[in-house]
Amino acid sequence: MIVAERKPLAELLDMIGDYQRILLLGCRGCVTVCSAGGEREVEILASLLRMGRQKQKKAVEIVEGTLVRQCDREYIGDIDLWEGQYDAIVSMACGVGVNFIANLRPTATVFPGVNTSFFGGSADQGIWTEQCAGCGNCILHLTGGLCPVARCAKSLMNGPCGGSVGGRCEIHPDVACIWQAIHDRLERLDHKEQMLQVAPIRDWSTAGHGGPRKVVRDDLTI
Amino acid sequence: MSEFTPDIRAFCCHYTSQQACADGPDTLKSTGFPETVSLARTPCTGKLQVSTLLQAFEQGADAVYVVGCPEGKCHNLKGSQRAAKRVGAVRQALVELGVEGERVAMYHLERGFHPEFVAAAREMEERVKKLGPSPLKGVEK
Repeated sequence: MIVAERKPLAELLDMIGDYQRILLLGCRGCVTVCSAGGEREVEILASLLRMGRQKQKKAVEIVEGTLVRQCDREYIGDIDLWEGQYDAIVSMACGVGVNFIANLRPTATVFPGVNTSFFGGSADQGIWTEQCAGCGNCILHLTGGLCPVARCAKSLMNGPCGGSVGGRCEIHPDVACIWQAIHDRLERLDHKEQMLQVAPIRDWSTAGHGGPRKVVRDDLTI
Repeated sequence: MSEFTPDIRAFCCHYTSQQACADGPDTLKSTGFPETVSLARTPCTGKLQVSTLLQAFEQGADAVYVVGCPEGKCHNLKGSQRAAKRVGAVRQALVELGVEGERVAMYHLERGFHPEFVAAAREMEERVKKLGPSPLKGVEK
């Protein structure tokens, strides 16, 4: 899922400035699962914005709503339900949702309510960790299913750097050296000879270095 | 200048407040339980949401506190621990708003109507009287 975190309240209050009617828009997709921008978080932020504005002695009316997904034009259409009820939108979806609103509602003012952090998973209750960099050229079949692009601080492709000590990364003792983990795992799976393969110089054009990316499925387009 | 009369909201679980509620307001008053505290009973404090506690402040509370079972002795295992975490989230939110975090608190108390139940209420009242009225007063949803 895409993992996000609510922006600091001071930044949000500064962002909405003097707008008096705000549509606070959650998303039932990833940000609901990572508890950053679902229905519950909309309710909390609405309360905080009202109280923040009260402290500033400025009136505000918050209209609360949550879409099924903000990354889909089909559901963005539901914003029409609140037509005429807001002056600006604060989207609590990931950056994709904010972009979709901006793409499809050319005259609407839209602000981001969260910082979109990474592609990750829930390692434990209340803890999310980055697992994938969305680089567009997956090599997990060579690395025992563990991704060095996302999980090595230097995105190295041919084993650990000199900063790997005791299975930990030099950037922080809490961070595992993913190349140590890849080596241990390949050994367990009896495939440690894969460590000897030299990865060629990587083509990063699929990782966004070649500009914004696009997937077209001809079988699904009409 | 008239003395400030605080509005304190207490959210208590069924087990910690059952006897206090059963005894009624007169008994509560006779034990020294402050009249400035209004009790809201919930099946388990683990059911309380952050938004519920924030809304109490929006509705004019000067302070909010939660009373749940002792850690490790919660009727619903981890209900009161969840509540304590949510109280922590509200405290953090208050600080973000520039409001004293001490206006929200969590108490873990034994079942039944104990002197500690009264002491918690008095402690909150004393604390809020020192802090003064909530700067968030006047926000009605």
